[in-house]
Amino acid sequence: MDALILQFLNGLDKGSAYALIALGLTLIFGTLGVVNFAHGAMFMIGAFCAVAMQSMLNISKVTLDPTKLDFLGNPAQIRTPMVESLFGPELGGSIINWSVPLSILLAIPVMLALGFIMERGLIKHFYKRPHADQILVTFGLAIVLQEIIKYFYGANPIPTPAPDAFRGSIDFGVLIGYAQNTIIYPAWRLVYFTFSAVIIAAVFAFLQFTTFGMVVRAGMADRETVGLLGINIDKRFTIMFGIAAAVAGMAGAMYAPINSPNYHMGMDFLVLSFVVVVVGGMGSLPGAVLAGFLLGVVESFASMNEVKSLIPGIDQIIIYLIAIIILLTRPRGLMGRKGVMEE
Amino acid sequence: MSKFEINRRGLIKSGAAIGAGLALPTIFTRNAYAYVNEPKGATVTLGFNVPQSGPYADEGADELRAFQLAVEHLNGEGDGGMIGTFSSKMLKGNGILGKKVAYVSGDTQTKSDAARASAKSMIEKDGAIMISGGSSSGVAVAVQGLCQEAGVIFMAGLTHSNDTTGKDKKANGFRHFFNAYMSAAALGPVLKSLYGTDRSAYHLTADYTWGWTQEASMIAATEALGWKTVNKVLTPLAATDFSSYIAPVLNSGADVLVLNHYGGNMVNSLTQAVQFGLRDKQVNGKNFEIVVPLYSELMAKGAGKNIAGIVGSQNWDWKLEDEGTKSFVKSFGEKYGFPPSQAAQTCYAQTLLYADAVERAGTFDPCGVVEALEGFEFDGLGNGKTLYRKEDHQCFKDVLVVRGAENPQDEFHLVDIVEVTPVAQVTYEPENEMFAGGNLGKCNSGA
Amino acid sequence: MLGLSKKDTTFLVVVIFLTLMTPILLQPFPEGSVLAQFNAGYPDLMQRFAIYGIFAIGFNILFGLTGYLSFGHAAFLGVGSYSVVWMYKLLGYNVVPGLLLAVVTAGLFALLIGYISLRRSGIYFSILTLAFAQMSFNLAYSVLTPLTNGETGLQVYTDDPQILMGAGSPNSPHFFGIVMNESAKIDVGGWQFTFNNGYYFCAIIAIIVFYLSLRIFRSPFGIMLRAIKTNQTRMTYTGLNPRPYTLAAFVISGMYAGLAGGLLASMDPLAGAERMQWTASGEVVLMTILGGAGTLMGPILGAGFIKYFENIFSKINDDILHTWFAALPDGLEDAIVFMVHPFIGKGWSLTLGLLFMMVVIFLPGGLIEGGNRIWRLVTGRSRNRNTPGKDAQHHPKPTAHVN
Repeated sequence: MDALILQFLNGLDKGSAYALIALGLTLIFGTLGVVNFAHGAMFMIGAFCAVAMQSMLNISKVTLDPTKLDFLGNPAQIRTPMVESLFGPELGGSIINWSVPLSILLAIPVMLALGFIMERGLIKHFYKRPHADQILVTFGLAIVLQEIIKYFYGANPIPTPAPDAFRGSIDFGVLIGYAQNTIIYPAWRLVYFTFSAVIIAAVFAFLQFTTFGMVVRAGMADRETVGLLGINIDKRFTIMFGIAAAVAGMAGAMYAPINSPNYHMGMDFLVLSFVVVVVGGMGSLPGAVLAGFLLGVVESFASMNEVKSLIPGIDQIIIYLIAIIILLTRPRGLMGRKGVMEE
Repeated sequence: MSKFEINRRGLIKSGAAIGAGLALPTIFTRNAYAYVNEPKGATVTLGFNVPQSGPYADEGADELRAFQLAVEHLNGEGDGGMIGTFSSKMLKGNGILGKKVAYVSGDTQTKSDAARASAKSMIEKDGAIMISGGSSSGVAVAVQGLCQEAGVIFMAGLTHSNDTTGKDKKANGFRHFFNAYMSAAALGPVLKSLYGTDRSAYHLTADYTWGWTQEASMIAATEALGWKTVNKVLTPLAATDFSSYIAPVLNSGADVLVLNHYGGNMVNSLTQAVQFGLRDKQVNGKNFEIVVPLYSELMAKGAGKNIAGIVGSQNWDWKLEDEGTKSFVKSFGEKYGFPPSQAAQTCYAQTLLYADAVERAGTFDPCGVVEALEGFEFDGLGNGKTLYRKEDHQCFKDVLVVRGAENPQDEFHLVDIVEVTPVAQVTYEPENEMFAGGNLGKCNSGA
Repeated sequence: MLGLSKKDTTFLVVVIFLTLMTPILLQPFPEGSVLAQFNAGYPDLMQRFAIYGIFAIGFNILFGLTGYLSFGHAAFLGVGSYSVVWMYKLLGYNVVPGLLLAVVTAGLFALLIGYISLRRSGIYFSILTLAFAQMSFNLAYSVLTPLTNGETGLQVYTDDPQILMGAGSPNSPHFFGIVMNESAKIDVGGWQFTFNNGYYFCAIIAIIVFYLSLRIFRSPFGIMLRAIKTNQTRMTYTGLNPRPYTLAAFVISGMYAGLAGGLLASMDPLAGAERMQWTASGEVVLMTILGGAGTLMGPILGAGFIKYFENIFSKINDDILHTWFAALPDGLEDAIVFMVHPFIGKGWSLTLGLLFMMVVIFLPGGLIEGGNRIWRLVTGRSRNRNTPGKDAQHHPKPTAHVN
C-alpha cells in the first residue's frame, strides 16, 4: 500500500509536468489548428531561462589573487558576483540561490515575446497551409532554436539547483501513520506540483471568466463566424500563442532543478507531449490535463519492481500502450471534439 | 496510350558506345594499392569520428580538441606535449614516416548507424587510414566492426563496456580506455575501506548493453567484499525523471545506491537522488551512500554540487602528478584555456600510440601496425606503465578512484583523487567470463 | 513501353539515366581541388541516396496519395534490417534470402500495425503509428536484446552457424558472388569516379520500385487512393469502402520500407536499433514533404538533400574553411571563417533546419516546385496543363480541408 501511495505521488508530479506541456500545445492546436513541432523547443528555452538567470546573477568581477595559482600555474582568478558586491554577500548569496524561481520573471516576457514573434513572423502564414507544411516549418524552427542554444551553452547539461530552502524531502509517511522513510517526497517536486496546479487553474479561469477567453473559446469553435461579427480574432490568437509559449516556458524553467537543462531536452519531450495531447483528445484543454496526470501516474506504477518483474520492460512502453488502448476504445481520445485534426 | 518504340539501329549504336565506354577503364583499386588507402602522397589522413550533435556533443568537442593537438604535435608544431615524455622515442615531430599528418572529422551523432556512415565516408571518400574517437560503447563496437571489414585501424575513444575488448573484440581495433570490470575491481577495496563490508546495495542500471556489463561487474566486485545486493532495477535509457525508481530505494533496506548510469542519465539520476535527500538519511544505522562507478568530468560538471563526496572511477585525471600528464595539461590548457577531460587524454594518447606503432613497424599497413601494438609496453602518456595486451587489444594500466570534490577551489576542480589503483589489481585473464565469447580474428589490411 | 504513356516512358528513361550515371554526376569537382569536399560520389553516400530514395518513394505511396501521415515507418525499416542480418547469421552472406524475408516480415508487420492504426484517421492515426514504432524501438534497445543485440546493433559473429557458407563464399554481403563493397575506380583527368557493386545493386532495385510506384500512381488503385485524400466522405457515399485501399497502400509502403531497411543491411552488415526511433520516422516524413509530397521525384530529391547535408556538411571543419579562404587577407579570412563556422561541422543541423524553413516558406510544394520554377524561368513561359510539366500531372490539387 505504501508503495502504491508513493508511486501515486510520483505520478502526480510527473503528470503535472506532462499536463503543463500538453496544455500549451493544446492551446495552439485548439485555437490555431497548427501542429507545432517547436513546442518542445519552447519548453527547452524556458529551462534555459533558468540557466540564463543563474548566469546573469553570477556575472562577476574578476580579480587576480597572486597567492593562489590556477591549473597552469598562473595567478588564480577570483570571481565575485556583482550581485554580492551590490547587496552584500548575505543577501546577494540568497538572491543567487533563488535564481530558479526568479527566472520565472525572465521566462514570462521572453516566452511571450518569442511566441508573438513566432506567430506574427512565421506561423501566421501557415494557417491555410497543409499540416505537413506546418510540421516541416516548425520542425525546422525547433532545430534552429536548439542549435542556437547549443551554440551559446554547449551540449552538456547545466546544473540549476533549487533554492536551499527546498533541498531534501518531506516525509509524508510519518504524517499518515507509516514508518519513517517509507513515503518521502522531494520538497522541490511539491513546489512544482503546486506551481503547475496554479498555472493550470489560471489558464482555465482566464478562458472561462474573461471576455477575452470567451471570444477565444468562440473562435476555437467557429472562427469564421466570430470573424464575421467584426471581432479581430487574429490579434487574440496571437496573444493565445504567446500565452501557450509562456506556459511551456514556465513549465521548463521550474523543471530545471529536476532535469538539468540541455539543448536536446525539447526533442525528448516533444513526442511525449504529442502523445499526451492526442490521448486527451484534440482541442480539449481538460482532456490534455487529465491525460497528462493519467499517463504520469500509470507510468509511475509501471516502473514499480513488482510490475516490472511480472512484465519485463513494461515501463519502456507503457505510455504508448496506454495511448493505443485509449485511442482504440475512444475514437477521439479522452475528451476530444469531433472533426478537429481528423482529416 | 502511345507506346515507346525501340529503334533497332539506335539501339545497336548506343550499345556499342556504352560497350566502348566500359572497356576503357581498367584500373582497379586493389591492384594499385598494397592495402586499403595506402598513403601515396606527402600526407597521411586520419579520421576523427566524434559525437558533434546529441547529448555527448561536448565530450566529442573535447575529443576533437585533443586530436587537433595531437596532430599539431606529430607535425612538429606547438610544444610537443607528451611526445617528449613518451617512453618510445620514435616520434620526431616530422609527421608519421615523414608524411605530414592531415585529418578529417565527422559526426557520430552517438548512433551506431550514423557513426558507421561517417566512418565509411572517411575511408571511402577521404582515404583515412585510421579511425579514432567516439563516446559510447555501442558506437565503438559498431565502428570497430566496420574498420575490421574495411581494413583500417580503429583506435577506440571513450568506450567503457567490457564487450569492446571482450565479446566484440576485433584484430584491427585497440582500446586505451579502461572498462567496467576494471572500474569495479578498482572501486572494491576503496568501498570496503570507506563503507565497510556489511552493506546492502541497490542498483539502478541503464537498460542497455553497457549498463548491464557495468552492473554485473559491480555486483561481482561488491559481493566479493561481503556486500549484499538488495535489488537491481533497469531504467529506460530515454528516462529523464527517475523519481519512481529512486523513491522505493530508501524503504528497501539498502544503504548504498549504485547508479550504473552514464551521461544525461547519470546527471539526472544523481541530481534527483540527492534531491530525494538520500544522502542525509540513515539506514541500518549507517549513512546512506551513493556510488557512481564511471565518472566523467563533463557529467560531473552537469551534476554540479550534487557529486560532492560521491565515489567513482576514472581512466585519468588532469591533476595527476606524472610528467606526461603535466606536459599534456600544459599544452592543452595553454591552447584552449581549460584542462583536458579523460576523453581528451585517451584520444590524444591513442593518436600518439598509433603514430608510434607505424614508425616502429615502418609501414602504414594495418597488419604491421597491429603487430607493433600487440604486447607493446610504454610509459609517459599519463597513466604510468601500460601494456597493450596481445590477446584482446586492451590497455592495462592504473585506474583512478575519485570522489566528488566537497569544496572545489575552482570550476575545473571537480573531483579529488582518492587512490591510484595499481594495474595488478585490475588485471584479469583474457578468458574471464565477462569477456568470453569473442574472437579477435585475423588482421585485415583490405588487400 | 512497359504499359506507360509516352511521357511517363521518357520520364522513366531520364530517371534510369540519372540513376546509372550518379557516380559521375555526383563527382563534379576534380580530386584535390578545393571543392572536392562537396563531391558525393563515394559508395556509402550513393547507396544511401538510393536506399532512402526507396524508403521515401514507398512512404509517398501512403502519404502522398492517401494523405495518411504515418509517424512509424522507421519500425519497418528496422524490421527489414534485422531480417537481413539474421539471414546472414543463419544462412550466409548472400543477400537474396534476407531481402525476401525483409519484405515479407515488414509486410506482415505493416499489415498488423496498419489494420489497427487505420481504424482512426488524421492525427489519431499518426499517433497510433508513432506509438507502435516507439514501442518497437524501446523494446529492441532493451528487452529484446537477444534478438536485436540492443545498443550495439545486430551483427555477424564468427561463431554464427551460416549453414550455406561454402569455403569459397565471400566473407561480406554479396549477390550470388557479386560482392557489394567492391568497386572499380576510374581516373579521368583529375576526376576519380567510383563504380560500386552495392550502389548499382541498390540503383537497379530503386529503378524497379520506382517503376512500380509509377504504375501505382497511374493505376485505378492509385486514383482510388487519391480519392481518399480528396474526400473520403464522398467516397463512402458512393458505396466504396476506403479501408481496404488504405490498408493496401499502408502495407505496400511498409514493404518498401522493409526493402530499404534490408538494403541498408545488405550494404553494411549491421542493424542498429536507432533505425526504428521516431527521429528516423520523422526523417522520412521530412524527406517526403521537403521534396514534395505526392510527386514522383520529390521524395527522392528530399532524401538526397537531407542525406547530403548530414554526410557532407558535418565533415567540413575549420581547418578546411581556412584552406578555402587561404587566398584572402588574414583578417578577412578569419572573419569569414568566423561567420561560416556556426553552419558547418557540428552546426550541420542548424543549416538543415534553416533550409527546411526556407524551402517550406518559399517553395510550397517542396523542392520539386523549385525545380519547376527554374524550368519555367529557363523556358521562359508558364506552362499550361497539357504540356508535360512533371508537377502538373502528379501533384494532387490542394483541397480545402473540411473541418
